[in-house]
Amino acid sequence: MKRLVFVVLGSLVFFLCSGALQAADVIRVGSKNFNESYLLSEIAAQLLEARGYEVERKFGLGGTLICYEALKKGEIDLYVEYTGTLSQAILSLPGNPGRDLLNEQLADQGLELLEEFGFNNTYAIVVRDEVARAHGLERIGDLADAPDLEMVFSHEFLQRGDGWPGMSAAYGLTADVRGIEHGLAYQAISDGAIGVTDAYSTDGELVRYALRVLEDDRGYFPSYFAAPLVRSALPKDVHLALNQLGGTITDARMQSLNAKVVFEGATFAVVAAGFLGELGIDTGPQVQSMWPRLARNTLRHLQLTGIALGLAILVGLGVSLRVYKNATLSSGIIYFCGLLQTIPSIALLALMIPLFGIGMLPAIIALFLYSLLPILRNAITALANVDPTLIKVSLALGLSEREQLKHVRVPLSLPSIFAGIRTAAVISIGTATLAAFIGAGGLGDPIVVGLSLNNTDLILQGAIPAALLAILTELGFGALERRLTLRR
Amino acid sequence: MKPCVEFRQVSKRFGDLEVLQQVTVSCPQGQTTAIVGASGSGKTTLLQLVNGVLRADAGVVEVFGASVPLTDVEHFRRGIGYAVQGAGLFPHMTARQNVTLVATLEGWSESAIEERFLDLLKQMDLPEDISRRLPRELSGGQQQRLGLCRALMLKPKLLLLDEPFSAVDPITRVEIYECFSYVKEHEGVSSLLVTHDLREARRLAEHLIILREGIVQQHGDTSRVLNEPANDYVRSLIESQLS
Repeated sequence: MKRLVFVVLGSLVFFLCSGALQAADVIRVGSKNFNESYLLSEIAAQLLEARGYEVERKFGLGGTLICYEALKKGEIDLYVEYTGTLSQAILSLPGNPGRDLLNEQLADQGLELLEEFGFNNTYAIVVRDEVARAHGLERIGDLADAPDLEMVFSHEFLQRGDGWPGMSAAYGLTADVRGIEHGLAYQAISDGAIGVTDAYSTDGELVRYALRVLEDDRGYFPSYFAAPLVRSALPKDVHLALNQLGGTITDARMQSLNAKVVFEGATFAVVAAGFLGELGIDTGPQVQSMWPRLARNTLRHLQLTGIALGLAILVGLGVSLRVYKNATLSSGIIYFCGLLQTIPSIALLALMIPLFGIGMLPAIIALFLYSLLPILRNAITALANVDPTLIKVSLALGLSEREQLKHVRVPLSLPSIFAGIRTAAVISIGTATLAAFIGAGGLGDPIVVGLSLNNTDLILQGAIPAALLAILTELGFGALERRLTLRR
Repeated sequence: MKPCVEFRQVSKRFGDLEVLQQVTVSCPQGQTTAIVGASGSGKTTLLQLVNGVLRADAGVVEVFGASVPLTDVEHFRRGIGYAVQGAGLFPHMTARQNVTLVATLEGWSESAIEERFLDLLKQMDLPEDISRRLPRELSGGQQQRLGLCRALMLKPKLLLLDEPFSAVDPITRVEIYECFSYVKEHEGVSSLLVTHDLREARRLAEHLIILREGIVQQHGDTSRVLNEPANDYVRSLIESQLS
């Protein structure tokens, strides 16, 4: 037990030190979890590095609101946002306001939208070419005459005011719709599994999968010009450096840059460096082999789960030892932890953001909450259900409550307590892959990028090590349990 | 000589059930007192009042002339040995750890522990090589003898025995009786023995208490109770078990 406490405290110190190392001079660049956002953020990051700044990448944050909140709270210094998203989803402004008008609103928040890259990545409603021909589809309004086409949209599109709710009202569409992860939609529509979906007009997939963009004849979708959204407090030099990117990317260029990542398997880093090279900005070699990244992700994953599990063990066992005698209190606590367990992990992670921001801390807290239930339930049940004869004997022999706990209850409960810790560890390792959505890194990083690119190799770079970690943890705990419960 | 244990007007109830009613008996020092009765007669409850595992609702329980203390009861209990049916050995401890646990907690020196442990093994006719074995690796008879060793480890003046011989086969039981009689003599310990078996009581106890539904039917010297039953219940108990 003492050794356990040392390990946990050691990890905490390590965690706090690694947090303290993030000095103020570092510029933290965020991105959303789709390929264009990764790519543009990588371009911005490399540009700043070429200008001599130290950059920390917090890529793959799970969606617009997470990025925006993180920026407002100062968890990141910049990310790439779209004008339409700002006006519609964040600031709720009518019409198609330009950059100046947006900046008037953003100034209150201490934020500023820098110069636009140039391209307009608006929503596109797409069907396969052959389907369009067969149904005579040209405009979005034509969908009303094709009720047998199943409409499946990305989750974000379904939720946003400028997405399905507004579009269906503008075009009088009444069909039932379902949600899908954006990264999977292209595969699904090209396989014919779904009929209609939303895409972005600069996606490289439009050409590859022979998809037709239905005309927005009622001019419903606002413009989505991409630009770095930064904290006004950043040094002016940073603003100036990023403004160099203004007007450098056309729609066609963005499509081709996206296609390089999605279809040619080039990394964001390499594509970004190539693009900056064309602008005459030398970023140095950007080839990164898989292994250092894998090692970094694995280490971060272990940090996340190790600290969360360590805390859960300390708190879980501490609470169990205090409450196991009180049946009502015990079942109340177990019930409460069970309730926490029913919150979907991605929702729990999202709930952490307003309280703890993004990064490792909220992820660790969420993982800690998930790990509590199995530890508490097993420990309380085992401690409370030790053979009553042995308890009676230990009383009669003159053992104090403390001695009884130390020499009888705890040793007899160890196998069950270990089983609980084991379960918690495996749950943590699995759930921690979702922590990438809130910028905590770990093995979820390649999975999130892989999902956004529909790239199985990348997904497996996260999934296989995570599965191996889970198996190793299972085996490791098994061995430890056998050692501890062996006769002394 | 003062009795080793004295009950005066002791009553105990569990909810609506009155388990002991105004029990007044005393157990002579240096002797074994058997508490005999059918299941549910209250004999185990009576035993557990002696070491304070249970508390009487009314009346007084005195051990060697002093009431069962309310504080530092652990220290008091360590002065009283305790053995139960099935031995109740801790399954995660070796034979030696089971026997010597409380002596270790009491701060005995390692050499004193070793000396006492080996002495008890010899008295109980147990081989030394069992000391590193776990209870599940021992026979039922060995477990029961080890349970008695544990009860005797701190050299108590009083032993509480809750049917410790009933779960072993008849041949082993007779062997353990002999060991127990030897130890009793050798250690000069007083005992309270709960049993439902009059034959066992006749063999091991000089004093007898017959309980029925929480009421003492008769108590006194074993031979006197057996020869002069005080009522029909005692008479039928003797006839059913001893004739």
